[in-house]
Amino acid sequence: MWLRELWFVLVGVLFTGYFILDGFDYGVGILHPFINHTDLERRASLSSIAPVWAANEVWLVAAGGALFAAFPDWYATMFSGFYLALTLILLGLIVRGVGIEYRSQDKNPQWRAVWDWLIFSGSLVITLIWGMAFSNLIRGVPINRHMIYVGNFGTLFNAFSLWGGVTFILLFIVQSAGYLSIKGDAFSRKAGRAVEARMAWPAAAAMFLWFLWMDRLPASAGHIGGWTLVLQAAAVLSLLLARLAMYLTKAKLSFFFNSLSVSAMTVSLFTVLFPRVMVSSLNPAWNLTINNASATLYTLQIMSVTAVILLPIILGYQTWIYWTFRKPVNDKELEY
Amino acid sequence: MTQLGWAELQFGVTTVFHYFFVPVTIGLSFLIAVLETIYLRTKNKVYRDLAKFWGHLFLINFAVGVVTGLLQEFQFGLDWATFSKFVGDVFGAPLAVEALAAFFLESSFIGAWAFGWDRLSPRAHALTIWLVAFGTSLSAFWILTANSWMQEPVGYVIHNGNAVMTSFGDVLTNPQLWVEFPHTELAALLTGSFFMLAISAYQILRKKNVEAFVRSFKLSTVVAAVVSVLVIVVGDSQAAHLVKAQPMKLAAAEALWNTSPQHAPWSVVAVINAKDHRDPFQVQIPEMLTLLAYKRLSGSVEGINQVQQQMVHRYGPGNYIPPVAITFYSFRTMVFAGTAMLALAYYALYLFKKNRFLQKKWFLRVLTWSIALPYIANSAGWIMTEVGRQPWVVYGVQLTEQGVSPTASVPALDIELSLLAFTIFYGAMAYAAVHLWKKAIANGLDPDPDVSEGPGAPRDLFLDGGHGVAH
Ligand code: HDD
Ligand code: HEM
Ligand code: HEM
Repeated sequence: MWLRELWFVLVGVLFTGYFILDGFDYGVGILHPFINHTDLERRASLSSIAPVWAANEVWLVAAGGALFAAFPDWYATMFSGFYLALTLILLGLIVRGVGIEYRSQDKNPQWRAVWDWLIFSGSLVITLIWGMAFSNLIRGVPINRHMIYVGNFGTLFNAFSLWGGVTFILLFIVQSAGYLSIKGDAFSRKAGRAVEARMAWPAAAAMFLWFLWMDRLPASAGHIGGWTLVLQAAAVLSLLLARLAMYLTKAKLSFFFNSLSVSAMTVSLFTVLFPRVMVSSLNPAWNLTINNASATLYTLQIMSVTAVILLPIILGYQTWIYWTFRKPVNDKELEY
Repeated sequence: MTQLGWAELQFGVTTVFHYFFVPVTIGLSFLIAVLETIYLRTKNKVYRDLAKFWGHLFLINFAVGVVTGLLQEFQFGLDWATFSKFVGDVFGAPLAVEALAAFFLESSFIGAWAFGWDRLSPRAHALTIWLVAFGTSLSAFWILTANSWMQEPVGYVIHNGNAVMTSFGDVLTNPQLWVEFPHTELAALLTGSFFMLAISAYQILRKKNVEAFVRSFKLSTVVAAVVSVLVIVVGDSQAAHLVKAQPMKLAAAEALWNTSPQHAPWSVVAVINAKDHRDPFQVQIPEMLTLLAYKRLSGSVEGINQVQQQMVHRYGPGNYIPPVAITFYSFRTMVFAGTAMLALAYYALYLFKKNRFLQKKWFLRVLTWSIALPYIANSAGWIMTEVGRQPWVVYGVQLTEQGVSPTASVPALDIELSLLAFTIFYGAMAYAAVHLWKKAIANGLDPDPDVSEGPGAPRDLFLDGGHGVAH
């Protein structure tokens, strides 16, 4: 039935939205202590994401809710299986979110330094682990016949997943550099351009290698179709185009290509998986798929009606907000 | 302690903590919207300053509410994987709708509100805070739809060992939902108004912007006076609903071991001996329990032993008695805190009408401390609701011990580690929030020098441990 396919796509859409938007949030968190040395610059950088970080994160909450409702077994097996990894993501999300709001409300230098450190490490850990988690979904993890994860925390660490984590970090750094080059204060706009210029190549290279590796994994055999290759190529190419656009000092175009790269990459991860949602490294018959992990058609129908009505509205008002706040940050009138 | 025990503790700790922040978000966003609307109507700048002041406290609160909510969203999968698989078809839908309909709304527009004072027209700006207020209540509605289903499962069948939804309409018209949601919503409004009342009283007491804080004092007093009655009225109908829906929870909340006579008294305090199923000492108000349960003067209430027998008959051998003392005392705590708030709100209203409250220093001091009351009532209410439902996670359908994640994926050690980490992090976040609240309250309506003064830290402690790098 096509409703399961639809929800697989919708989960992909929600993750894509999450990675595009929180991608630059995390990137700013990772970059700000390094590119911004004075306090004023840091406040300006963080101010560029302050109005939107909470709304951006809801894409993750929605993805979680959609997993729970549409694929309960996927939700349950992944979250209980990746228990400590997800705990780390959650701890990162906690300190990072609170940090953005609280950091500049006290001028005690120690206070600000601690939050800077927490925002940085939180953003880094979240990014690394998402890269590792998706790598492991594709590479396969030990799942038994009862859909129970029988590995441990260490199972998640392998060369391929670590490479995926590094790729995510580089990609999000580039994504945030593009964002800062539009939205930052005068200094961060310049710094963003410099980072983009320097980091776009390594990010593209890391991603290229990761895709090569992915396509040769035993678990991928028979799942790398033409679409996947097109998307993978588009993801790498977009990064190079973003670099080119930056060279031509077209910052907005560059950010557009960065976001395109993030989207193509995320979607390609889902096409590699399809129709599986979690690969079992023990026995392909024990894979979780959209068929054996999904909710009933009745629930999917109700959810579909809701999503079809609400998603356009959400996109509408989020666009309105980004439009209203389109002006770059001005370090003379910081509110954070 | 067992893996199950740790998982329960984890759930209790993180949920109570999330719920420290949530009711303030719901209640205060509404009150701020009212203040801003008054500003829009009267153009009196004081209301704008007030909206900003309370908005600042709100934002400090909101940040922690949001990030602790993230954990809430994922912890069903983390600790309760078997439960999640079993109920996902029914339980997941309200959670997903909550994210799409409510969380996007509140989180998007709170950013626009906080940063939009100069960028939006006054009308559009006021609209954003109303949307936030609406979004927060909407999120309460959807999460309580999920929770009510666990209290009173409706609109489902068991198919291949899983709960499968047969009617979304039934889930939305669950009778439990329609007592639980109003009660929680009203309790949140009461929480918001006591938050405002207590802090306004404190500002008046120390003579900070008295002119302005008298106005928020008045607003919150009026709201508290109205809402405190309604919370109790609805809470009362909730208890009456329990007679039919969860007789065991009601009996435990009364520590009523054996079915009462036609005229049942209500125990104010009791010493509970759960081992021998008796209460060696009680102080009682005659007739009150019958009134609470039936709204009339005669009717007997079933006792724990009798309900236990019926449940064994129905579900097979087992112990279906929740922790009685916890259920009993959390219920009492909530009721006493609610009654105290009612009394305080009306005395405040009376003094306000007589224009005498500025002189009553002791009363302002009491009001300041009363900020603890809604927090106590909220936590106690949830503890009663959740603990009183035990040993079920989904009442009458799944036992809590059947819902926990498999130990193969989630050994007790993992839960212990994460609980330790969350406890430390939550402690630190609470400390930071309280620190900023104190600072903001001390500032009153004056601009915060720490924020408006520009660069705060001349030295860069993050990267070079104090040897500043300047550009
Ligand atoms: C949407 C559903 C939901 C909501 C809104 C709440 N809970 Fe709950 N609670 C559960 C869903 C749940 C659960 C997943 O169903 C648990 C896990 C195991 C269980 O018995 O129920 C649970 C267990 C549970 C336990 C462990 C009880 C025991 O087994 O001894 C405590 C102490 C609480 N909760 C406390 C709370 C508090 C203070 C809440 C107030 C915000 C709350 N819960 C809201
Ligand atoms: C265990 C159940 C719960 C889950 C899974 C949950 C989930 C969440 C999530 C994911 C968020 C963050 C939303 C965002 O990013 O904007 C959040 C915040 C919020 N939740 Fe919860 N929540 C739970 C319990 C409750 C309860 C019982 C209520 C109210 C009755 C409630 C009301 C709210 C509100 C109003 C917010 C807004 C943010 C804030 O308070 O700062 N939640 N919740
Ligand atoms: C004095 C009058 C009150 C009565 C008779 C009352 C009654 C109840 C009852 C019977 C429940 C459990 C319902 C269930 O398990 O299904 C409950 C839950 C709860 N109460 Fe109260 N309550 C009162 C006051 C308050 C106050 C003042 C607050 C907070 C400001 C509060 C907050 C809550 C919360 C958060 C819950 C859990 C959510 C829910 O089930 O609605 N209550 N109350």
